[in-house]
Amino acid sequence: MEAQLPRLYTIARRLVGDEAEDAVQDALLKAYRGFERLERASAGPAWLTAIVVNVCRDRGRARARAPAEVSIDVVGEFSLYRKIADEDPFPYSDSLHLDFLDQFGADDVRAVLERLPDRYRVPLVLVYVDGFATKEVARLLGTPLGTVLAQLHRGRKLFERELWNYAGEKGLLEGAS
Amino acid sequence: MITCADAVERLWVYLDGALTANDKAALEEHLGFCRVCCGEAEFAQELRGFLVRSAREELPEDVRARLIASLDELEAS
Repeated sequence: MEAQLPRLYTIARRLVGDEAEDAVQDALLKAYRGFERLERASAGPAWLTAIVVNVCRDRGRARARAPAEVSIDVVGEFSLYRKIADEDPFPYSDSLHLDFLDQFGADDVRAVLERLPDRYRVPLVLVYVDGFATKEVARLLGTPLGTVLAQLHRGRKLFERELWNYAGEKGLLEGAS
Repeated sequence: MITCADAVERLWVYLDGALTANDKAALEEHLGFCRVCCGEAEFAQELRGFLVRSAREELPEDVRARLIASLDELEAS
């Protein structure tokens, strides 16, 4: 189980931020209590992941921290690529889009991800950061595959939009030209 | 023939390798002549890599030590 700690912590950190250590502690306790229910050792990593995800989701619900729902019509049309091209924050750049991404440090990206409602952030992180297949995510979350795919689509769009909004709010583009 | 809006909506799924053969062929046909959507596709690829690189978390040593101590306690109990 010790070998799984970095991965479990990584997932928890992105799901519940500063509560990650407590969430992993809770998950380890639950895992020990339910260990006899694990039928195959090879399923251990996925089983532990499911426990951590569930613990984090419970904590998320308890904190009631999910931001307001965003209309799919609003977010569905957003294209960060086109927004950057239209607004042209780096007029003298010949790699405008990459220069935009270069303004973000790891803490900024974490802050942007934390702006996303759990239902979109969780699948996004599990698929694109931790490398889970969409079918695995559906099973982990107990959600139909079609729902996960829809959440991923909206999550990607929200992530793009919030990168743009965050850059503006935090002054990341000021003095860029 | 698909529109730019259709193409953009399918880009990430395309990059995931999860489009059906027909949708993939339609998207690639569109990317073959639409420079804007080609730019969108390249940027989507960059954005995926950016997300992976930037969102990686390290397990701090003090947290690791406390979690291992918890594991030891659980094993001893």
